[in-house]
Amino acid sequence: MNKNIIVCGVGGQGIVLASRLLAAAAMAKGAPVLTTETIGMAQRGGSVFSHVRIGEGAYSPLVPKGEADLIIGFEPSEAVRNLPYLKKDGAVVVSARPVAPVAFALSGSRYDGSEAMEYLKKKVERLTAVDAERICGELGNFKALNVLLLGAAVKTGETFVSEEDLREAAIKTIPEKFLKLNLKALAYFDS
Amino acid sequence: MHKEFLTGNEAIALGALAAGVNVATGYPGTPSTEALETVAKRGGDSVYVEWSVNEKAAVEVAAGAALGGARTLVTMKQMGLNVASDPIMSLEYLGVKGGMVIMVADDPGPISSQTEQDTRVFAGFSKLPLFDPSSVREAYEITVEAFEYSEKYKTPVFLRPTTRICHGCAAIDVLDKDEYYVNKPEGFVRDPSKWVIFPKLSYENHIKIVDRNVKIADDFSSYKRNFIIPAQGKKGVAAHGISYAYARDALKNVSVPILKITTPYPFPEKLALKFLKGLDEVLCVEELDPAIERELIYVCGKYGLKTRIYGKLSGDVKKAGENSVESVYESLSEFLGLKKRKTVSFEDAPVLPTRPPTLCAGCPHRASFYAVKKAVEGRERVFCGDIGCYTLGNAEPLNMADSCLCMGAGINMARGIGLTNPDAVRFAFVGDSTFFASGITGAVNAFYNGANITLVVLDNFTTAMTGRQPHPGTGVTASGKKVKEVNAEKILKAIGLETVETVDPFELKKAIKVVRETASKPGVKAIIFKSPCAALTRPSGKCEIDPQKCRNCEICIKEIGCPAIIKGKNGVEIDPALCVGCGLCSEVCPFGAVKGGGGK
Repeated sequence: MNKNIIVCGVGGQGIVLASRLLAAAAMAKGAPVLTTETIGMAQRGGSVFSHVRIGEGAYSPLVPKGEADLIIGFEPSEAVRNLPYLKKDGAVVVSARPVAPVAFALSGSRYDGSEAMEYLKKKVERLTAVDAERICGELGNFKALNVLLLGAAVKTGETFVSEEDLREAAIKTIPEKFLKLNLKALAYFDS
Repeated sequence: MHKEFLTGNEAIALGALAAGVNVATGYPGTPSTEALETVAKRGGDSVYVEWSVNEKAAVEVAAGAALGGARTLVTMKQMGLNVASDPIMSLEYLGVKGGMVIMVADDPGPISSQTEQDTRVFAGFSKLPLFDPSSVREAYEITVEAFEYSEKYKTPVFLRPTTRICHGCAAIDVLDKDEYYVNKPEGFVRDPSKWVIFPKLSYENHIKIVDRNVKIADDFSSYKRNFIIPAQGKKGVAAHGISYAYARDALKNVSVPILKITTPYPFPEKLALKFLKGLDEVLCVEELDPAIERELIYVCGKYGLKTRIYGKLSGDVKKAGENSVESVYESLSEFLGLKKRKTVSFEDAPVLPTRPPTLCAGCPHRASFYAVKKAVEGRERVFCGDIGCYTLGNAEPLNMADSCLCMGAGINMARGIGLTNPDAVRFAFVGDSTFFASGITGAVNAFYNGANITLVVLDNFTTAMTGRQPHPGTGVTASGKKVKEVNAEKILKAIGLETVETVDPFELKKAIKVVRETASKPGVKAIIFKSPCAALTRPSGKCEIDPQKCRNCEICIKEIGCPAIIKGKNGVEIDPALCVGCGLCSEVCPFGAVKGGGGK
């Protein structure tokens, strides 16, 4: 089994950790994993992505367009931006919470991500929209967004790894003081 | 041997450790930075690790150790090579005793750089052998081999990963610590006939280098990382680096002869000749410059082959920017007559917001820029920017960079602009790490030659853009040792500047006053804005808008452009997920509508 996954959003949202957890969990199961990340200037509030390729046969860490099994979007517009990578019948998990760029506020217009959400609903059959505003509020911390979305992504069956695999990876990767919050976020969709 | 999930940079670091590296030096620069950090983290006491003041210093320290037989690693990004080129060009004429690997990370795109220069071409210019890995696994294994070649031929060698190798990750086999090679340096042995560069020595060694590189080219023809994947057909593909991986992905279901070039210099001519014989046409899939294309054209000419060579020079591969599986497939499908890839159109997608990189919420540079902007409002002015996070001060609404060239250039450029625009008030902004790297000489030059500029040092206690490495002003070394820090204020005073003011930019009113007074003085004068990078400190609370007082004038948005201030359903809001409570917005608000935060 091969899985191509794209994790995308805005710099500072914890995208690198999300892709590292996926990779660590897959690697623990003995699968070859290739990933690539955005680091450096683009991290400063820019559009960022990680590509994760799990399974035999891949040479480059970049997922070719039209071959992603799953897109995990941390922001509605960023999910739309990466749609060309999604394969036919691929799944999208998206946080509905918008992140407005400075340029938008300056231009005098308001950005709430609703157009992008509508577009995703129209285009993607297998769409999971996550009300991150409400859930992160409940969890008490926006920093758990990445693990929350992983918890939702597992349910699509496109992550190669199970929630238990991710939990084990999280325990090994995430510092003690943030672990409880993150494990709660990971299991949020269980009920 | 055990398996680890590593970035290319981490793999290079572990490769160097496995090869028994004794000394590792470098200067931070995306995408190279994590290599040296990993050597520091994983090397323990067995390795001397240094963040040098700049790349030139890094090469010089390593060169000294290499003459004594130490195995050395030097790390930098491609523009750092320009800074380091002085010692590298000369060192090649002396050679080294211990293996010396100079890792230069190229940045096709460019993603985080000013230029798209190709270090493969620099290898030919400097006559240093170069290794160009195409995967994380290769990056690890080639690092070990590069040390062996370096020692065998007594020459420094380049290791040249690109961004997708540096920041790509893979699970690879690496050696256990007890399997590492141990290198015991003999020590520097005095021999002026060997180690003192003079015209006569350079001439004699030049001949030896030319002959040696012919030998290395032969050696590289049987190096296992250069190879031919045989297949039927009269059309072949030559590729290198990450583009080789793209080509393999793109040709998943297509059988075509492939030449993989890991050492573009000295070029493995015999291997290339074997590949070219019997082929009518070859497409070179390259990123950045057409290095392999030129070599293959040369080989065809030299041996009278009729094979036609295509690539960037012939316009069959994109001229600039990063390659991708798609761009490589497009070139290959044209060349091989493959069918076009099916793509789904998303032309009906809504207009997506562009997200140019911006200064973080709570970044002290925002306050510094704003203070200068307010202080010179209404005056004719030129702001010379420099390399670092603060280059992002160019964006609206701050609009505080009128020029930016290369590390440390802003100070001298402000001087030069004064020669054509004497009536404009001129500022040069330089970050703390950049100031030490190459700003000090600019300050000396400007002062000594009678410039009239205001030098603004943006001191955030770290090298922020590359992920917060220490520099001489921080009092900490690469391995975390506490040392006596170098004081920028004392340096500027020692140069002779009469006015050197230090101020916290978040004390906005005071900061504006200091800028106004300082800029009105003659000659070179300096302001040091001191406040830690927002990523170094814990949030001092969150700011909130008081809806009773806010009149939605949006002055906060229009004046400072903080990413945490957004337009919500009911007017201006502060995003609690982003705000770190710096309080700059509360200083800007004319109605006192921002509460909370650590605002001063």
